Amino acid sequence: MPALHLKRKSTPVDAAHPALMVERLSVGYPGHRNAIKDLSFRVEPGERVAVIGPNGAGKSTLFGAIVGTLPFTSGHISIHGADCRSSHSYVGYVPQRNDIDWSFPASVFDVVMMGRSRHIGWFRLPSRADHAVVHDILERLSLDGLTKRQISELSGGQRRRVFIARALAQDARIMVLDEPLTGIDQSAEREVVESLEILTNHGITILLSTHHLGYAALHFDKILILNSEILAYGPPAEVFNSEQLRRAFGGALPVVAQGDDLLMFELDATRESRHGHR
Amino acid sequence: MDIASFLSEPLSYAFIQRGMLALILVGGLSAVVGCFVVVRGMAFFGDALAHAILPGVAVSYLASGGIVHSNLFIGGIGSGVLSALVIAWLTRNQELKEDSAIAIVFVTMFALGIAIISMQSSYTADLTHILFGSINGISHDDLLLMAAMAAGTLVVIFLLYKEFLIISFDLSLAHSLRMPVERLRLLLLIIIAVTIVVSLQAVGIALMLALLTTPAATARLLVKRLHHMIVIACLIGIISGIVGFYASYYLDVPSGACIVLTLSALFGLVFIVQTGWNALRAKD
Repeated sequence: MPALHLKRKSTPVDAAHPALMVERLSVGYPGHRNAIKDLSFRVEPGERVAVIGPNGAGKSTLFGAIVGTLPFTSGHISIHGADCRSSHSYVGYVPQRNDIDWSFPASVFDVVMMGRSRHIGWFRLPSRADHAVVHDILERLSLDGLTKRQISELSGGQRRRVFIARALAQDARIMVLDEPLTGIDQSAEREVVESLEILTNHGITILLSTHHLGYAALHFDKILILNSEILAYGPPAEVFNSEQLRRAFGGALPVVAQGDDLLMFELDATRESRHGHR
Repeated sequence: MDIASFLSEPLSYAFIQRGMLALILVGGLSAVVGCFVVVRGMAFFGDALAHAILPGVAVSYLASGGIVHSNLFIGGIGSGVLSALVIAWLTRNQELKEDSAIAIVFVTMFALGIAIISMQSSYTADLTHILFGSINGISHDDLLLMAAMAAGTLVVIFLLYKEFLIISFDLSLAHSLRMPVERLRLLLLIIIAVTIVVSLQAVGIALMLALLTTPAATARLLVKRLHHMIVIACLIGIISGIVGFYASYYLDVPSGACIVLTLSALFGLVFIVQTGWNALRAKD
């Protein structure tokens, strides 16, 4: 089995620190849509955290602050012990599908190679080693047959996988995925879930937002319920009690306790996503 | 007249040779830069910027007594960059939409330029010259300066290609890699401004937009990767420069108009052939 060169040339990671430490983070004006206030939580290396919450709860805002697309005025984010604004590329980001111009003239190979740019360095062209890493990753994510495709010619699941491959090429230690399961069919969903397994096997910390409560409960170590502030954070069994979810989602109660088991009703993800993206 | 003399006749004068070289240079350079204008959806900005450089050009033009001169470049780039900074300042807290700000600032600059030029007695001739370009007045030094600036621009694009690719395709990746996004964006704007000023003399302000967008849009129909698009667009730009030059010479039509019509004809050809081809394939 070909080894992924994930650690090659990457900045050393300090194992003593949490993968992600968010302290008293606020972004935007209080009360405004998508604003978040006073968030504090920590994520250990290799953990899988699902961020759930209604539309406008600030999930993308939180991700933007971690990735570096949104400036924040108060609070602190550290990634493996270093300030998130310092010069590193620990965070890989898989944007929402509508944030990408799919008609852009770039092939699958081009997009994944973009992740290497930090390793390649300023004013340089990709080396043979960079090519090898990219081909390795494409193979690992079963994208090797699609290398030359223009990105608009891909299915929904393949598009997500290309961006996951790009973050792998980047040697990201934390992967932030903004609703990767929205707007794709079940087989594409399986593709994405399998790709996430590959990330976990490489010890990569995952932060993912979704409307898919059932999936979150089954496959994630921790659930973070967000509605401009943190309503609950912890293992699924603790977090999915009806009181906290009622606070997050208002009247629409998606979970019913039945003895020791939890019955989960999925929120209408299609309606939510249509509302959010159309 | 045989083909050899058809091609060589115009080149017997040095100043016409310079004109042809200038058109090739301008066609190739603006096509390369135009690829970024097209993929970033900045056509409106490019057009506006071409108009915004007028006051700077006008001041330099009048200061040198109606002679096209190298300080025309400085004036043009100066007013272009000034306009870009004013836009950035007006839109800093998103109360004013960017396209509105661009429209207001750039048209103001253009009007200011017209006002400045009108103070000169040879107003109409000067304005026509600046709006539609002329390749007859290009001196040896002008050509050298144009070549140097074009070469400098192309070198910067080559060296920073992967950074420009990333900020054009996915800003969130650029941010997550902690790239200096704002500085790269500003550099790209300056490159566009320089390209416009370099091309100004040969094609003029009014037709500049076509040189930036048409070769890139044509190339986009033909290939699927940005660096391929840049190469094809550059070839299209150069070919149109040459064809436009001969058309201008033999038909006695301004060079800018000839080059633009050639570009449009090529685009139309590619578009129609491709649409037809796709329709045929869809039937199978």
